[in-house]
Amino acid sequence: MKFCDILKRKEFVVTCEFCPPKGTDLTEMLQKTELVRPYVDAINVTDNQRARLYPSSLAVSRILKERGFEVICHLTCRDRNRLSLQSDLLGVHILGIENILFLSGDHPLLGDHPESKPVYDLDVSQLLRTASHLKEGKTLSGKKLQNKISLCTGAVVNPEAEPQELQILMMEKKIVLGAEFFQTQPVFDVDKYRKFYDRVKGFGARVLPSVLVIKSAKFAKNMSKVPGIKIPEKYIKRLERAQNPLKEGLKIADEIILALKEFSGGIHIMAPGIEENIPQLKI
Amino acid sequence: MIVTIEKDFAEVLKVTKEEDNLFIFGCAGCATLCQTGGEKQVKELGVKLESEGKEIIGYSVLDVPCDERIVRKEFRNNSSIRNADSIIIMACGAGIQSVQKFSPIPIHPVLDSLFLGTIERIGKFYNYCSICGNCVLEDTQNLCPITRCAKGLLNGPCGGMNEGKCEVNSELDCVWVLIYEAMEKKGNVNNLKLFREPRNWVQSFVFKSE
Repeated sequence: MKFCDILKRKEFVVTCEFCPPKGTDLTEMLQKTELVRPYVDAINVTDNQRARLYPSSLAVSRILKERGFEVICHLTCRDRNRLSLQSDLLGVHILGIENILFLSGDHPLLGDHPESKPVYDLDVSQLLRTASHLKEGKTLSGKKLQNKISLCTGAVVNPEAEPQELQILMMEKKIVLGAEFFQTQPVFDVDKYRKFYDRVKGFGARVLPSVLVIKSAKFAKNMSKVPGIKIPEKYIKRLERAQNPLKEGLKIADEIILALKEFSGGIHIMAPGIEENIPQLKI
Repeated sequence: MIVTIEKDFAEVLKVTKEEDNLFIFGCAGCATLCQTGGEKQVKELGVKLESEGKEIIGYSVLDVPCDERIVRKEFRNNSSIRNADSIIIMACGAGIQSVQKFSPIPIHPVLDSLFLGTIERIGKFYNYCSICGNCVLEDTQNLCPITRCAKGLLNGPCGGMNEGKCEVNSELDCVWVLIYEAMEKKGNVNNLKLFREPRNWVQSFVFKSE
């Protein structure tokens, strides 16, 4: 089912994300997805997350789709030119994947192949426009396709990045170009997110704020180095003091989830490597 | 100007291993401004090579090596070049290839060309232009996103932008924030919502202009 239809049907929507394994054995990942199945409406599959090499998001999305999950396949502009992006979008349609999230993608300099050539032939705005062309049955260069493709297209917004006004302008632009839903970078400052949310809720595209489960102080400090992620010192201190940091991390996530639930139409859970704990959260 | 840096001296020795008699070309243009291929650097390299047992047949700081007419004239008029086993060239990639066209003997580039930029002072350069053939500066407050955005994004910043800085390097300004601030001053930030078409790369494949 299209994620847009799920959003229309449900008042509160929960998604979570899985990064494919560093290799080709999906056993552990598939076990974890079974654990979260009752709690989530769709699973995001990341695409060479943090500019590090993993198996294709398309392939892994298809495997999850076969197992009856609704999937949101990530597609970054970092590793593909316009030919490859369109080819993958047609491929996504053939594979029966109905939802796609467009991201520019962390720069290769931040990943595990820093020497690689960054592509960014199209940016996310241009990719959204390109997807609209494919949905109308034509390519970016105006050539006619056999058929139209059907896709629910999403994009990312970072509510905590300053200047926030610029993020809001980008969001408006992406909606005009075809973004049907948004997922955010991890939210830790709910008051700030709420102000952002109040500004954008009338835009006509649902926004799912992300909640990142921080399992230890070390993990939190590392994640703070990831572009777009700001973890307040108070949470890091709590993890440092905690007897059981994971438990404390889940508690922090629950606090954020409860605060978000007061107004948000859903959440997106990020629990990298510890997805088996998602069922414990108050979602 | 074209900003260049010197390759390691060890590299220079490696490429000239089989040759004893060397001629050095410098550049009176950009490489002089960068202090990588001016008269001073040409002479300094000569002294270093001599201390490694090489003989420097001569040197010439061309004004400028990317002008093929100047290079052709140099080879015609400077007969001592023929006594050298090879030519060391301290110029950008264009200068090197211009010399390559006319040189009867092997040539060795000893600079790396970095970018087309500006100079604030010696050693402080800014990468400002990608010579892309599709100038967008009129629409971007004369700040180039193709060059100054690490991802070359044409429609605004990515999600890695924060506090006005780039995800690649927190000391690097996000050019889209600079563009936004310039538009804000003029009261036309809504221009950011205008869609910019994908870049046309055809211009990058123009190899010759008649």
